[in-house]
Amino acid sequence: MAPEAPQRERAIAFTLNGESVRCRAPARTHLGDLLRHEFGLTGVHLGCEHGVCGACTVLVDGRAMRACLMLAVQADGATVETVEGLTESGRIRDLQDAFHARNALQCGYCTPGMLVTAVELLSEAVAPSREEIRDAISGNYCRCTGYHAIVDAISTTAEARRSKEAAE
Amino acid sequence: MSRDTMEAAGLTFLERPNSYIGRSVPRPNARRLLEGRGTYVDDVPAARLAHVAFLRSPHAHARILSIDTTAAKAMPGVVAVVTGAELATLCTPWVGVLGHFKGLRSAPQHALAVDRVAWVGEPFCAVVARSRAEAEDALGAIAVAFEPLPAVVDMETALDPATPAIHAELGDNLAFERLLDVGEVDAAFRDAAVVVEETFHFGRHTGVCLEPRAILADWAAADGLLTVHHSFQAPHMMQDILCKHLSLPEHAVRVICKDVGGSFGIKVHIYPDEMATCALALMLKRPVKFVADRLESFQSDIHARDHRVSARMAFSDSGDILALEIDDLTGIGPYSVYPRTSAVEANQVVNLTGGPYRHQAYRARARVVLQNKAPTCQYRAVGHPIATMVAEGLVDLGAARLGLDPFAIRERNVIPDDAYPCAGVSGIKLEQLSHQAALAKLKAMMDYDALRAEQAALRARGIHRGIGLAAFIEITNPSAAFYGVGGARISSQDGCTIRLDPQGGVVASVSVTEQGQGTEGIIAQVVATAVGVPIERVRVISGDTQATPYGGGTWASRGAGIGGEAAWQAGKALRANVVAVAGAILQLDPGRLDIRNGAVVDAATGTERMPLSELGRIVYFRPDTLPPGLQPEFVATRHYVPKDYPFAFTNGVQASYVEVDVETGFVRLLKHWCVEDCGTVLNPLLVDEQIRGGIVQGIGGALFEHCLYDAEGQLLNGSMASYLVPMAGEMPDIDVVHVVSATATSEIGAKGAGEAGTAGAPAAVVNAINDALRPLDARVARQPVTPDVVLEALGVI
Repeated sequence: MAPEAPQRERAIAFTLNGESVRCRAPARTHLGDLLRHEFGLTGVHLGCEHGVCGACTVLVDGRAMRACLMLAVQADGATVETVEGLTESGRIRDLQDAFHARNALQCGYCTPGMLVTAVELLSEAVAPSREEIRDAISGNYCRCTGYHAIVDAISTTAEARRSKEAAE
Repeated sequence: MSRDTMEAAGLTFLERPNSYIGRSVPRPNARRLLEGRGTYVDDVPAARLAHVAFLRSPHAHARILSIDTTAAKAMPGVVAVVTGAELATLCTPWVGVLGHFKGLRSAPQHALAVDRVAWVGEPFCAVVARSRAEAEDALGAIAVAFEPLPAVVDMETALDPATPAIHAELGDNLAFERLLDVGEVDAAFRDAAVVVEETFHFGRHTGVCLEPRAILADWAAADGLLTVHHSFQAPHMMQDILCKHLSLPEHAVRVICKDVGGSFGIKVHIYPDEMATCALALMLKRPVKFVADRLESFQSDIHARDHRVSARMAFSDSGDILALEIDDLTGIGPYSVYPRTSAVEANQVVNLTGGPYRHQAYRARARVVLQNKAPTCQYRAVGHPIATMVAEGLVDLGAARLGLDPFAIRERNVIPDDAYPCAGVSGIKLEQLSHQAALAKLKAMMDYDALRAEQAALRARGIHRGIGLAAFIEITNPSAAFYGVGGARISSQDGCTIRLDPQGGVVASVSVTEQGQGTEGIIAQVVATAVGVPIERVRVISGDTQATPYGGGTWASRGAGIGGEAAWQAGKALRANVVAVAGAILQLDPGRLDIRNGAVVDAATGTERMPLSELGRIVYFRPDTLPPGLQPEFVATRHYVPKDYPFAFTNGVQASYVEVDVETGFVRLLKHWCVEDCGTVLNPLLVDEQIRGGIVQGIGGALFEHCLYDAEGQLLNGSMASYLVPMAGEMPDIDVVHVVSATATSEIGAKGAGEAGTAGAPAAVVNAINDALRPLDARVARQPVTPDVVLEALGVI
């Protein structure tokens, strides 16, 4: 099959932050640009656009994915969640509080991707060690903090969720 | 009121009731960033927005013979294709020199190169289109004919007579040279018991801000206003420079810096592509946006370091440092960067090397040479990591030769804490440092003796661990001595305006700026404390030339010390204004009133006399009921600039604990410690994270980061896949504590802390590696210390 012209558009439909959405996406547009330009989700940050820095990380069908490494048309039929949706649902309020209290962010540019990566980690590991947390976020570049505070904040959140669960 | 009386009334900075100073208050502006609601330049909406992409030189040095833009102009979505010659009719060139760097030379630099390109990545043609993708499509349709010219790549041969001058009019490639000769250097080396020497190499690296450089310029001809949204540290400086080179008056230019995704000194320089974007907005009379992609960031952001320092140190037989001699060579690219110049890093190396120590003989030479690589300029901790590595590396070599412990040799040689104020051997003026206290604190916090015992036990099992120390000094709170005296229109004074609103809230606008370090947070703390209101009622505005007092913004670790003092003085002035009005209304002596927790109170008893909301109601809505002749001024502005010292030097000492795998050459960072003295600590939470972040940035330069060029001047690793940065998995936990030597030059007593981490971390890590390698008779002196460097030192490869 001949490759599509890069400007050619395709109609796609997917679930975005709990809402069902439709749009036309140029074949060459990556998911990060689509989320930013078509839907105004400017919490999706583009840092390198070659899959290394992790700033554009979003949840696609529950898994942390780099929005810059996925074509927009590949989102057709998927469920996509960004920091805006996770915020609105209240699902990461405890994580955000922990980041705030610990000052686990400075410029904030890596933060949405870092939070999304933490969501995935905390959905899989109940009591991650500092090393496991460092390993999990090792695909998210932060130039400001030196990572120590981020590890603290994720660790604190995991611990608080464990205590809460034990109490229930 | 005398100082004693003020203290009795609880009116000094550290004595205020309900003070927020010294408390770990979370940053008020961090919450929106956590929700993905920041406004970085690429998030700013604009009607009729056009996007610019730049054609950049593929050659390190070449003459441009012709540019054919016909096909590009016909591409879909293209608004304009503009060459250097066309843009030069709107934007005048600049030369990056300063009067106080005697002899510093550079050549005129254009926003878009006109007939010659001088590094791989230099922009020389612009395409403006409806989308960035369409602009990039059209770049590919521009036909350019080049005549490649000889490229000057290796700084070691840049000054050879056989090497051509990059700028013929300069005659050779020497941009700047500084010589310093203090004391009897030759005699000290002749009479020394021990002389150690080493040649240190510092690889070229760059800032890699996660948000790339970005600018959106919008010329509203009807208003006569150029509005520039800029990811930048110094909005007023940018405004002034845009005015100068686009021939506009300053009321016609507004620069706004909202959220900035990291800067570290990268975003305080004048970049050709950013100037071109503003000129294009003027030319096209519509908003134009440029966001550097990551690949062009590596080619066009300023680089830093790229020094080779040959150095030697003389010791007495009892371990006293007698003399130091250094010879620094640095390659800065083809142009000295405007307006701060590219001579500053080498100058700092001369000023700072050996700064913690009390030797009286010092000789230094620094040569700054031009080359066809990306320009270098000031990046976090300018010169400090080089100066610290050179001195601390030599001190460790001396200690090993003399059989002294690394702590012992430093304790013996640092300028004693009771010797201040004094001058360092390079002539720097030091108000009050605390090297002895810092060393003692570090030794205790890292449990040094136990660590040495562990190291010895593991060594017996073939595990090679090392402990490295690095004492350092840091330049903070710069006065006009840094740039202003050299003719640069860079403000060293800053201001704060505070307004009391009717409900009792306050709005503070400041000229220092926020890039995530917490500037707005500490200003809120200082203002809340000074005025006497809960911090929740303080709103801070920064980063807008039209909405804040005039000032320098962020550079050289100045936000807290200079901006904080301006905020304190403005807050005090506003409080005095408010209690004067309250006194008139309440018919009480204003000297007996204070403001606490949002209410006017009796200063002696704390009894509430009137909430600020009631005072606001009267003043703003019922001024007719005020006593006759009373005109309240519920706005106060104060400015501040340090005057007693050119800079407020700070100090600290770091330690690193590493394990070296002698088979693979990999270095594992086990733990890092830092004791730092930035004077009054306004917010421990924020300052500790500044230091941790700085340490990791320093570790990046020490172990990973390197802009690699081939012999033709091609950048070999301009992507994040091949340019390594520190990631969480490789970084250690970092313990930070403080010694507090408040500066007496301001009432708040705060000095800077933004660069301390980066200043000391590389030397601590490299000394730790060498401590691990010492029994194997190997040592490294070339950063980044990659596995290759370690294996070469071990003779494996």
